[in-house]
Amino acid sequence: MSQINSPAELEEFRQSILSKRDPDKHCITLCSGSACHASGSAEVIASIEEEIKKQGLGAEVDVRRTGCHGFCERGPIIVIHPEEICYFQIEPKDVPEIISQTIKEKKLIERLLYTDPGTNKKIIHESEIPFYKYQKRLVFGSNGSIDPKSIEDYLAIGGYAALAKVLSGMTSEQVLDEVKKSKLRGRGGGGFPAGSKWEGSRNAPEKIKYVIVNADEGDPGAYMDRALLEGNPHSILEGLTIGAYAIGSHEGYIYVRQEYPLAVENVHIAIKKAEEYGFLGKNILGSGFDFIVKVHRGAGAFVCGESTALMTALEGRAGEPRPKYIRSNIKGLWDRPSVLNNVETWANVPLIINKGADWFTQFGTEGSKGTKIFSLVGKITNTGLVEVPMGMPLRDIIYKIGGGIPGGKKFKAVQTGGPSGGCVPEELLDLQVGFDELTMAGSMMGSGGMIVMDEDTCMVDVSRYFIHFLTDESCGKCVPCREGLRQMLRILTNITEGKGKEGDIELLEELSETAREAALCALGKSAPNPFLSTLRYFRDEYEAHIREKRCPALSCKELIAFHIDPAKCQACMMCLKKCPAEAIVGGKNKIHVIDQEKCTKCGTCFEACPPRFGAVKKISGEPVPSPVPEEERIIIRKSKEK
Amino acid sequence: MSQILLQIDGKEVGAREGMTILEAAQSVGISIPTLCHHEKLEPYGACRICTVEVEVRGRTNLVASCIYPVEKSLVVRTRSEKVDRIRKMILELLLAHAPDAFELQDLAREYGADKNRFDKEASFCIHCGLCVRYCVEVRKKNAVGFVDRGTRREISFIPEIAAKECWNCKECFSLCPTSALQAAFVLTEALISPSSEPKSEE
Amino acid sequence: MDNDKIDQIVDNHGCEASSLIQILLDIQSENHWLSKEALEKVSKSLQVPLTRIRHIATFYKAFSLVPKGRHEIHICVGTACHVRGATRVLDTVQDLTGIRPGETDLDLKFSLETVNCLGCCALGPVMEVDGKTHGKMAPSKAAGVLRNYE
Repeated sequence: MSQINSPAELEEFRQSILSKRDPDKHCITLCSGSACHASGSAEVIASIEEEIKKQGLGAEVDVRRTGCHGFCERGPIIVIHPEEICYFQIEPKDVPEIISQTIKEKKLIERLLYTDPGTNKKIIHESEIPFYKYQKRLVFGSNGSIDPKSIEDYLAIGGYAALAKVLSGMTSEQVLDEVKKSKLRGRGGGGFPAGSKWEGSRNAPEKIKYVIVNADEGDPGAYMDRALLEGNPHSILEGLTIGAYAIGSHEGYIYVRQEYPLAVENVHIAIKKAEEYGFLGKNILGSGFDFIVKVHRGAGAFVCGESTALMTALEGRAGEPRPKYIRSNIKGLWDRPSVLNNVETWANVPLIINKGADWFTQFGTEGSKGTKIFSLVGKITNTGLVEVPMGMPLRDIIYKIGGGIPGGKKFKAVQTGGPSGGCVPEELLDLQVGFDELTMAGSMMGSGGMIVMDEDTCMVDVSRYFIHFLTDESCGKCVPCREGLRQMLRILTNITEGKGKEGDIELLEELSETAREAALCALGKSAPNPFLSTLRYFRDEYEAHIREKRCPALSCKELIAFHIDPAKCQACMMCLKKCPAEAIVGGKNKIHVIDQEKCTKCGTCFEACPPRFGAVKKISGEPVPSPVPEEERIIIRKSKEK
Repeated sequence: MSQILLQIDGKEVGAREGMTILEAAQSVGISIPTLCHHEKLEPYGACRICTVEVEVRGRTNLVASCIYPVEKSLVVRTRSEKVDRIRKMILELLLAHAPDAFELQDLAREYGADKNRFDKEASFCIHCGLCVRYCVEVRKKNAVGFVDRGTRREISFIPEIAAKECWNCKECFSLCPTSALQAAFVLTEALISPSSEPKSEE
Repeated sequence: MDNDKIDQIVDNHGCEASSLIQILLDIQSENHWLSKEALEKVSKSLQVPLTRIRHIATFYKAFSLVPKGRHEIHICVGTACHVRGATRVLDTVQDLTGIRPGETDLDLKFSLETVNCLGCCALGPVMEVDGKTHGKMAPSKAAGVLRNYE
């Protein structure tokens, strides 16, 4: 493949690719993102390719492995083009039928279609499914159409047109102005205006500057960046190159966590192809602009998602953050001006250049323009990645797109912003999602993780969980974080184990103030947020744990006991057989009793008891009723004659 | 070199560009407590006890004075209710590790810190980093360093280097505010293979 | 691991001190652990103090200073999995293997680690063994999964 040396050559090449593609030809796209892969998509696609060969349809049907489609709950997913028929939870055994029925005979297979839970009707087309219908997939939508390992697929959907536009017809100032006009705010957590950050670096006198992609994505439960990097790596490369041009940088870095091997692989392939075709390297598209990109793998440290720690890691050191009194866009990597932005931020740049800042600003709210990709996970029916315009009410995201809470349970809170964020309770569900709105509610946008919690989630445990996470991930350099979190964890653990005492809440608040005000970096300063926000909205749970030794959500192991109601037990032996601790005594027609000494509170019996009996109960804050005496445990069944 | 005028505790102070608030304060006799600071070493900003209030462009923030560079028209307050509260808490957190350290006890008296606020911790290192930084920056031997992170972070000697260098040096010993360093060294000595000469003569 | 292999890895990264973490990742990936000799060799080749290398090797979770078992168990304790009951799965696996996260059993059969998010939240709670993902885990299923590994 020879290099493309000008925008005109690029368009010519693009047309040649498109002319070889027939939009009416059947194409089966299969989501090959990491989650679907874990659900078995590799076996499915192997079946599809085999079946197509068997039925001699190789010339009529294309098969494309694409990036993540977002509806992770229902994977493996295939979409058959051009009809846009969407089949879910495919297994290899479904494949022969799909090929012979849907491809050859144009017949739908009902059982593989999506069923609308409200109307019970089948929905055929991807865009009509409620999960997708209410989204605005400006950035993420391309994932479903391209094979991330193919640069031609990216070119076929208009890839690198923005870069060509920039290099051939815009000054770096004009590019900067466009990004400023778009009011794009960082998508990694801070929400800092990207344009201002770029401007600071552009104006810095130092000649050597860097642009960096933060793909460390450490927030547990957030995997949007992974899906973008795995599914559409070229969009990030394009955005990064445009940014480099705007500030005058010739060297870029992509910092990817090594826990994302597929993302690392696809980025390397993308860089290699981009270099081959001339989109990276010297004299890009004949413009005279040089730019190279290097990949650096993270080695397992959440703190390296913090920009100064990331730069320290890029320098080959332990990721201890540095003070930000002099901003890193002035003195960053190797003390040089460095623009660090999140994966999603960079992915928005080609869109803004292609369609213009005015187009971009029509989406979103006054303070938060554009869209945001969220990972909607936890106690939610439709788990997956969703992209919505800023300003959409949280309620719509959770109910219209997310399908509400499974199992008939009641919504309790949604956690946003990861370990630096907070919980938003039911009464605030009409909140319009946006940077400032979430911050005012005591949480923050963060990278976009949205963990939904229901009535069975203990909020004290949630705050203990996050503090525990942070004591593990803290770099340990400064006292307020290392020591403050150490003590906060101890107190919160005691509270969840029934050892809380009066004064604990006040001490936790004092420790929170010290961390917030005096910690060295954003990890320490935001560490108390989950505690403070759960205290603000769920103070009663803290007080119940401390004063009554009771867990209202019936979750904290030390404060609950499992008990089989003798009046409801039908001695079916289900729980007895499944108990991993062999803690249940009983037999056929003999009421089952849990030996509290042996019980490990794993909850298996609770899940095992048939719903029509519902005999296993969780108790908290009160003593377990004494077991019924042996003689009274025999169940006398009503005889059939009666 | 132009003078930068700022205000510390109501006093007009003239400072050179590149100076930190701590240096500027010290130059006019205003004392700010420190634990991880040393004039022979690069500022570290880890203990946070030098935290002061600064007012810049109408906003009040808390910053570590040992690393914050002076700015024109900066208004600095080295004591305030909030600053004192934070210093007291930092001391209480450190006293859980090293209740007998003289420097901590002196500061504890000044700020009303209670050494029994938190349960005693096993390790009495307060992570001021003076030993590590001195060995790197001044002696350039890299005999002792930090390992791990978060609450598991500690100082650790490299036995082979310590065996060669430390006996005749020990310059870092006088820097340690808690004698955790001496304890770590003795432990390292004990673990070095018996082929090296026994050193303890006392 | 022989010194030649380490030299090769160091060369692959241009013998640059700033690539220290990448070099250690490659050694870890080849050998499944970082031996004292390997760290000393890297220190010598890159002219970087051993204290800095040790700090990195202990700071980052990807590295292990002790040999790992034949089978690596990773249990996701990310928020979504946590909310779906990952702690109970972890407790059960600890009981079954006799080790805690970060440890390897005496037969060098299993190594256990917690990880903070595998990005498969739809399948939570998730347990990964030797890279194979087991989704929708429950305490009762753990024994069955582990029984398959020798």
